[in-house]
Amino acid sequence: MKLVPLSIAATLLAGAFALSSAATADSYMIDTDRSHAAVTFRIKHLGFSWLNGRFDDFSGTFTFDEKNPENSMVNVEIDTESVNTNHAERDKHLRGKDFLDVSKYPTATFKSTGVKINGDKATITGNLTLHGVTKTIVIEAEAVGGGKDPWGGYRQGFTGTTKIALKDFGINFDLGPASQVVDLTLDIEGIRK
Amino acid sequence: MLIRDTNAGYGLVTRLMHWVMAIGVVGLFALGLWMVTLSYYSPWYVTAPDIHRGVGMLLLFLLVLRFVWRLANRKPDDSELSPLERKASAVVHWGFYPLLLALMLSGYLISTSDGRPIDVFGWFSVPALIKNPGLETPAGEVHEILSYVTIAVVVLHAAASFKHHFIDRSRILTRMWSGPPAD
Repeated sequence: MKLVPLSIAATLLAGAFALSSAATADSYMIDTDRSHAAVTFRIKHLGFSWLNGRFDDFSGTFTFDEKNPENSMVNVEIDTESVNTNHAERDKHLRGKDFLDVSKYPTATFKSTGVKINGDKATITGNLTLHGVTKTIVIEAEAVGGGKDPWGGYRQGFTGTTKIALKDFGINFDLGPASQVVDLTLDIEGIRK
Repeated sequence: MLIRDTNAGYGLVTRLMHWVMAIGVVGLFALGLWMVTLSYYSPWYVTAPDIHRGVGMLLLFLLVLRFVWRLANRKPDDSELSPLERKASAVVHWGFYPLLLALMLSGYLISTSDGRPIDVFGWFSVPALIKNPGLETPAGEVHEILSYVTIAVVVLHAAASFKHHFIDRSRILTRMWSGPPAD
């Protein structure tokens, strides 16, 4: 039997490791079935207080590579009609043409294009499509924790925040100078598929 | 001064309710159209909808009262009408009740879907009957559509009354304005 040259063996082994590290980018489904995830926002009201709200209905997936976190990605789809600021008249106004125009734009999406790790935090760059406008945004994120759950699943959880200017997405209703920017927070827990 | 309706004409109660509600309905239509154009910083941004809701609830109360009053009173004579006119007027006049009821209830649901009551000028509150967040949006669509339908029927109704008054020279409009003849 001919001995395989060391260089070829090394290349084969490196290739095998490369393949296996790509395979360890696990796929997760965001746990919206049991609502262990939230898309929330806050915006200043007249500059006097923070108005909090959320999108009740959304879905998404992410892949997370524990060994190489920059090889991760996240996709979220938000049902814009599900906006909820705990006030029927305000929510109706938000769904209308002055704001989200949900009959025309029923879905907002975020698709990540890159992840950069700095220490125990991450910067997720991606495309946010909201109100029919797509722009690149940056989410400051951190891993909260992960591991086996008591019921046979494996989970990872993250939290991320970003700020978006309403005007950037074509929402021009004048809420005043203190309310130009919305703080968005994504809290997500995914179950490994 | 006749209180109740007779064969000869409408009494005071019917006439008062008719014109108060007519002004109310047309006024709320105009107010509704205007108030949704207001900017967030308009001083009327909060007040105009408050007035709209308050008057709307008072009109709802009046509508129920008026329906009961209509059932408890005899209708003035309409033998001067042709069979077609009699049928048309029955459709429009009886039809106003469910139309206005649906209009007012849909408005009520816009404001109360989150369980919040409607405050009527600080005098009293109308509580929410069901809590169904999200219902405000289809309720809003119904309310908007029905408001246009209502105004269309109001225009038709007013035009018909003018036709009878000016063209047929009948007492029909006068009956609702000043009541039965003075004899």
